[in-house]
Amino acid sequence: MLENVSVITLDQIAAEVWLLKQDGYRFVTMTCCDEGEVHDVLYHFDKNYALKHLRVKVRKGEPLPSISGIYFAALLVENEMKDLLGVTVNGMLIDFQGHFMLAEGAPKAPLNKSIPGIGIQVQVKTPAAAEGTVKS
Amino acid sequence: MNRRSTIPFGPQHPVLPEPIQLHLVMENEKIIQALPAVGYIHRGLEKIAEKKDYIQDVYLAERICGICSFIHSQNYCQGIEELMKVTVPDRAKYLRVIWAETHRIHSHLLILGLLADAFGFENLFMRLWKVREQILDIMEKTTGNRVILGVCAIGGVKRDITPELADYVLRQLESVEKQLPELCDSLLKDYSVKQRLIGVGVLPKDKAHELGAVGPVARASGLRMDLRERGYAAYGDLDFKMVTEEAGDCYARTTVRVKELYTSLELVRKAIQRMPQGPIAVPVKGTPPADEVLARIEQPRGELNFYIRGNGTRNLERFRVRTPTFANLPALLHQLTGCELADVPVIAICIDPCISCTER
Repeated sequence: MLENVSVITLDQIAAEVWLLKQDGYRFVTMTCCDEGEVHDVLYHFDKNYALKHLRVKVRKGEPLPSISGIYFAALLVENEMKDLLGVTVNGMLIDFQGHFMLAEGAPKAPLNKSIPGIGIQVQVKTPAAAEGTVKS
Repeated sequence: MNRRSTIPFGPQHPVLPEPIQLHLVMENEKIIQALPAVGYIHRGLEKIAEKKDYIQDVYLAERICGICSFIHSQNYCQGIEELMKVTVPDRAKYLRVIWAETHRIHSHLLILGLLADAFGFENLFMRLWKVREQILDIMEKTTGNRVILGVCAIGGVKRDITPELADYVLRQLESVEKQLPELCDSLLKDYSVKQRLIGVGVLPKDKAHELGAVGPVARASGLRMDLRERGYAAYGDLDFKMVTEEAGDCYARTTVRVKELYTSLELVRKAIQRMPQGPIAVPVKGTPPADEVLARIEQPRGELNFYIRGNGTRNLERFRVRTPTFANLPALLHQLTGCELADVPVIAICIDPCISCTER
């Protein structure tokens, strides 16, 4: 039961986050959920143990503005969202180019439900195995 | 203009217990920029959690970290209990505090030992870990396991502590407490140790808040922030007192951890003395509803967050983990900028990095 959730739009993000910072809120983290057509992005903030959340829905492929210029701490979680869910985040202070959490050659966006074939039941084949050069 | 060079610190480095790489841009011996490179032990646990049953996820959550494992499972259980509106028996809440605080003691002794090793005081490292063994013995005796306890369950706990076991725990704690002053004096009063820690890796209070630092890192900078103050589990009945320091350097962070050892010893003792009689668990039926919760708990390294979203089935829609080390990485980068290369090991160890939690 998340309480104190404000639903905002993409163009309101920077202003709302800036106001929270001015009000003394600490950036806790961000959460991104894949809801099929959209990504449900939640920003979590804390002040004296009271949580406040901002919720924004982003259509897949639509860029999400970075808040790393306001809260530097958001930089790492934004890069993680880019890696694991394939969210395009615009304006990150440091962009790890999709290799913050994942190594080169790793499956792309493993938490994105629109990209099939990634999951614990599915064997991820190496290019060599796909070409038939590796015998099982 | 001074010549610049880049040094990869890690992923394999004698001082690092787990693999993380720090790209250090140097100007002579001074660091002018630091960047983290993680992903060496990313296990995709959030993805696996979606595929498993919500009860199996208790065991999965416990395996996120091999040091504060019980606290991970406790936070997960507390989150699911909030989602499913389950009321946990009082005795179970006290038992959770006992195991959570013994975990905190062993975690703090572990990192203080590693810190001693980082500045070359090997004898102190071994003696701190010898004391830690007694805490692990408590966990083995009360749960059957030394690190991954496997006793937390949705609705309560799986094992009780009998009066005989409680006596054993109290005796062990007394023995630990007798040995601590000499070891803590070596950490906090030794001239050479103070030279290595005082004024190193300073994180001012406003910067700690701005960068979202948590746990002993934040408290050593003067931020009053400890979720145990909120009184979750049985903390509300145990007169918990937060430890803070003001200097924000490595010495302050070490001081906070040393003082927290005594706080945790006292909390375990009070929990045993005040633990009420009664059941240790309630049966839980049904599935998590299509709702969401952000469960928070105070881990040895700071605030741990689990975002849990149910969908009415036995599988979770989303399970997201934000560990304290992840939150402390921006603060680490700030501390490293401007410091000498020789201080990097001590500064890195002083945030108590747990990389397997961070990468999940």
